[in-house]
Amino acid sequence: MTTGSDAATGAAVIVDDLQVRRGSIAVLHGLSLAVPSGAIVGLLGPSGSGKTTLMRSIVGVQVVQSGSIEVLGLPAGAPPLRRRVAYVTQQASVYDDLTVRQNLAYFRRVLGAPASDVDRVIERTDLGAAADRLVGSLSGGQRGRVSLAAALLGEPELLVLDEPTVGLDPVLRVQLWDLFRTLADDGATLLVSSHVMDEAKRCDRLLLMRDGALLADDTVEGLLAFTGTDDVETAFLRLIERGAPDLPSRARERTGPRHAAEPAEPEPVLAEPLEPDPLDPGGPDPGPRDPGRPDAGSAATR
Amino acid sequence: MNLVRTFATTGRVLSQIRHDPRTIGLLLVVPSLLIGLVAWIFTDTDVFDDIGPAMIALFPFIVMFLVTSIATLRERRSGTLERLLSMPMGRGDFLLGYALAFGLLAVAQTAIAVAFAIWVCGLDIEGSIWLLFAVAVADAVLGTALGLLASAFARTEFQVVQFMPLLVLPQVLLCGIFIPREQLPDALETISEWLPLSFAIDALQAVAADSESAGWILSKVLVIFAWIVGSIVLGSVTLRRRTP
Repeated sequence: MTTGSDAATGAAVIVDDLQVRRGSIAVLHGLSLAVPSGAIVGLLGPSGSGKTTLMRSIVGVQVVQSGSIEVLGLPAGAPPLRRRVAYVTQQASVYDDLTVRQNLAYFRRVLGAPASDVDRVIERTDLGAAADRLVGSLSGGQRGRVSLAAALLGEPELLVLDEPTVGLDPVLRVQLWDLFRTLADDGATLLVSSHVMDEAKRCDRLLLMRDGALLADDTVEGLLAFTGTDDVETAFLRLIERGAPDLPSRARERTGPRHAAEPAEPEPVLAEPLEPDPLDPGGPDPGPRDPGRPDAGSAATR
Repeated sequence: MNLVRTFATTGRVLSQIRHDPRTIGLLLVVPSLLIGLVAWIFTDTDVFDDIGPAMIALFPFIVMFLVTSIATLRERRSGTLERLLSMPMGRGDFLLGYALAFGLLAVAQTAIAVAFAIWVCGLDIEGSIWLLFAVAVADAVLGTALGLLASAFARTEFQVVQFMPLLVLPQVLLCGIFIPREQLPDALETISEWLPLSFAIDALQAVAADSESAGWILSKVLVIFAWIVGSIVLGSVTLRRRTP
């Protein structure tokens, strides 16, 4: 199947009984969840439900009151994780008064990633044409992609992306989700928040949040079956009505039996700009002289 | 401490400023303009020869404080500070990178201010111009370091703007420009003896009058330097990776 083995490789993030207050308000009260590694996990919920606070806690920039968070086997925020985990905030956190390339070159040096990484992430995020423009002169969508590109530097194992597709046109949105899939196929784990329920379908697993608590932790199919609906938005409403959360994973300790054979979804909507297959009609010879990109070989596992 | 990250930050800050020529212009010219204004005010008196050296300390100090404190606050507001602190960026590396970048600007700014005061405004300097320049640069870098400290504390623009009167104005009032420090009430005199700007003004006035040895003046510069280091250390301790 597409993703090798969620269940076997264990969890990239394990959150246990997390309590966070911001100001006088309890934002997260006793949240427990797991993010399987190598998967795209969608973190969905209305704004104000605590998604950003949870993400900040996982990245280790949030003061937490109690509970534990383990990220890639280490406590969240541990110094070795600062290279292995990348975080993209909602607001594009890049320098407006630098060019795209200057921004990336700086973050690359901070991370100690190889110099070639700058061109690699520019290509991956399709920013080649804008590379030498000041970020302040770019559109909102482009700025967001610069921020994402910075997160791809150094090939982090866990990407925490806070609403990365907000304000993007549908074409770009599809391209980004294709990029996320490529990254996951390469072995990265992605935690992606969104309040667009539609995007849920592209995730391997969903975490539905409301008012700082977890409403569901399931696959898309599992969630739809559990609620007897056929779209995530309705499922979300159904869960709220019932007041009974859909949290099978906690009962069965993240072994994921309900692996309702995922419809391997390589939707041929848009030709992915990220893979060189149109250049390679040859087929049978999976060979040494593949065109162009050096990183193309590692990508596809199909 | 990691010099690669420190220098990367310095280079990044300088290229940001390079994209903003008007800021460079203002930074380089404003202190000189103010010194010129003071000289003009006192054209028909000989006051400028008394307070001119102090003006070389004062204006670059204030300008560098303001610019630096806003620059790092901007970094906090834009989210880039949080991004950097979630990366392997040391807090000290970050502040030191800023201090070096603005320190370089301070050197250029001070050189212009000193040259302008001496050759355009006719300020009389009995001692070594190089020593005067060294003290003035140390003083401008002090402004930068205190600005970094202020912005490590401040969370909003309103707060950071008020750190200027809080950290800078008392030093200006007590540094001996308005009234010789010996004539201050005892308590204030003691306080003024500890404030870094007082050391800068004492040293500059001593160079101007050539009244003290180079060793004495360098000892004052050393104290200013200690304040610079102390501010950066304190700033990096107060900068938090985790925020509420």
